Amino acid sequence: MSYGPLLFLGILFTLATSWVGLVLLPHRQMGALGQHTDTNTAAVYPAARSGEAQQGAEHYRSLGCVYCHTQQVRPEGYGSDIERGWGRRRTVSRDYIQDKTVMLGTMRTGPDLTNIGERQADAAWHYRHLYNPQITSPGSIMPPHGFLFDVRAISQAGRSTNALVLEGSFAPPAGQEVIPTRRAEQLVAYLRSLKSSGDLPEAPVKKEEAK
Amino acid sequence: MIKQSQTLRALLPGDALTGGGTDVGNKAALSEIDASCRVPVLFFFLSGLAWLLAGTVLALVASIKLHTPGFLASWEWLTFSNVRTAHLNTVIYGFASQISVGVTIWLMCRLCRIPLVAPGLITVANLFYNIGVTVGVGGILMGDSTAIEWLEMPRYATPILFVSYALIAVWTIVTFRLRAERHLYVSQWYLLAAVLWFPWLYGTAQVMLLIEPVRGVVQAAVNWWFAHNVLGLWFTPIGLASIYYFIPKVIGRPIHSYYLSVLGFWSLALFYNWNGMHHLVGGPLPSWMITVSIVASVMMLIPVITVAINHHFTMLGHFGKLKYSPTLRFMVFGAVSYTLASLQGVASALRSVSEVTHFTHHTIAHAHLGMYAFFTMVMFGAMYYILPRITQREWPSNGLISLHFWGVALGIVLYVVPMSIMGFIQGTMLNDAAVRFLDVVQFTLPWLKLRTLAGLLLAAGHIAFVINVGWLLVRMFEPYRKPVVRILTGEAETVAAAKLP
Repeated sequence: MSYGPLLFLGILFTLATSWVGLVLLPHRQMGALGQHTDTNTAAVYPAARSGEAQQGAEHYRSLGCVYCHTQQVRPEGYGSDIERGWGRRRTVSRDYIQDKTVMLGTMRTGPDLTNIGERQADAAWHYRHLYNPQITSPGSIMPPHGFLFDVRAISQAGRSTNALVLEGSFAPPAGQEVIPTRRAEQLVAYLRSLKSSGDLPEAPVKKEEAK
Repeated sequence: MIKQSQTLRALLPGDALTGGGTDVGNKAALSEIDASCRVPVLFFFLSGLAWLLAGTVLALVASIKLHTPGFLASWEWLTFSNVRTAHLNTVIYGFASQISVGVTIWLMCRLCRIPLVAPGLITVANLFYNIGVTVGVGGILMGDSTAIEWLEMPRYATPILFVSYALIAVWTIVTFRLRAERHLYVSQWYLLAAVLWFPWLYGTAQVMLLIEPVRGVVQAAVNWWFAHNVLGLWFTPIGLASIYYFIPKVIGRPIHSYYLSVLGFWSLALFYNWNGMHHLVGGPLPSWMITVSIVASVMMLIPVITVAINHHFTMLGHFGKLKYSPTLRFMVFGAVSYTLASLQGVASALRSVSEVTHFTHHTIAHAHLGMYAFFTMVMFGAMYYILPRITQREWPSNGLISLHFWGVALGIVLYVVPMSIMGFIQGTMLNDAAVRFLDVVQFTLPWLKLRTLAGLLLAAGHIAFVINVGWLLVRMFEPYRKPVVRILTGEAETVAAAKLP
């Protein structure tokens, strides 16, 4: 095989096959996927995120949450995703069309977050968990995200309404309080917006299992 | 010099052919080629090794953070995700890619039998490249990571890297066109393929993910088409090109079979680039895509077994030389790891296995088996051969070579074997909904600590190597210049290599 041009063409041709097959064709098949409108209720799924949650998604990206948390629910009978309550149905392509960066993830050092907004709707829980995961989940290896919070002196007017309720060793020094920054608020808005369980023709939610 | 018939010529690297000249004339021509490569190849090697040290420190910090989350927790730029991502990008783009390019340049010049053309172009590419990696890794630590695996460097850094890759591809094609040796050796096929494939992959991924992002899960498809092919179509071909070159050179015999090398090359070219979607088994993509990738992954058995047979039969009867030649030792370690990594990869692509191993540390172990135990070891072996030739100095310390080899060999075994087992158990626990998630987390802790220990062994090996390289460079400034090919007592590398220029 000493003929240069043949080698050159062969090299280009082989990669061209998967470039067409795994890049261009999927883009044609799914690149224009739109929202689904339920014919009975006229509900549109997936709905657009609020601006606050969209900002939060940028923090989720920037903080690298994806390296320990997936956002995909595998089908029933394949893994235990549904038994663990991570979703009521598998996720499908359409679930992700609102995401600026699709962060499916490949690692479950922490649990899946596809439906965390449904599983844990309490914002106060999320703040405490982000501030120090040991408060809500003792034994977790998630790093504390103290830099998403301000520790400041309690003002004359009294304790701020959005101050974290912290007890024991997690409490700030006397006269101080822990307040979420804007970033923490946006991140929690995003986490609470994570719900991928709308009824879709390609992924129906089983009626008897639906709440 | 080996007696060369026409059939034998096809099985020998271009620079081992007699080429019609005298023995002395050939050696002189080759040392002229080596001298022409000195500055650019040293640039690539040294900046690559600097990134290796940075990547090692980042890896250790990330590893400690995973079992001790409070470690350095107050600095936002050092969160686990940032450090882990900076580690991946420094070792992939800073270290492994730069060593690859250095090795590619030297091999291409040797195999084409011409002194380095356009050294200016290559030096500019190297400069651009290091600026790009610095900006990119800095961006990741500042929180500008794109969170797209293997493509985390922010949009303002990647075009610089793309330009360098394009320049390197142009340079390789020019060298290839100007070649004095018309016979093409198997290593050249792989090298040419790698330098042509990579800019295409990188360019496509940049346009479709960073510049004009595609919608929805098409991003995941492009992401894994790219990320898997960085391994399969960039590092793997350069690693195999090196093994195909250095094993015959060091042991002084031709490769076992020309036909197996043809089959191995074209089956790799045909199947590897379809593998990527096996990273998304069970994910929200059309089944046809995932199935196609699983099939292609299983088809990889053809190139892998072909290459394994070819390398094994080339080595047969020469395993005793592993005792003397550091190049051969690292190469054979890498070649065996390539087979193991590929078999593990094929197995993990199957739906039934992926159900357990996906999302666990098993994948992390697999990545290190491929990128380190195979690729990095091969690159170390190549540097052990190339550096004395381009600097015209012998390795200063055999002790440091041993420390390097045993540090990294034991380190990577201690990394890959326990982590593969742990990942499998972790996956089994995760798939049993009766096991609490936090219990799975607690189960991984002792294993993660063991990984930090493995990382320390790897770090010790790296430090030994860098000291030896530094010492070699100091020797360059000593007034006494030793001849290129010289038999030294106890310097077995030279003894073995003296048979071939």
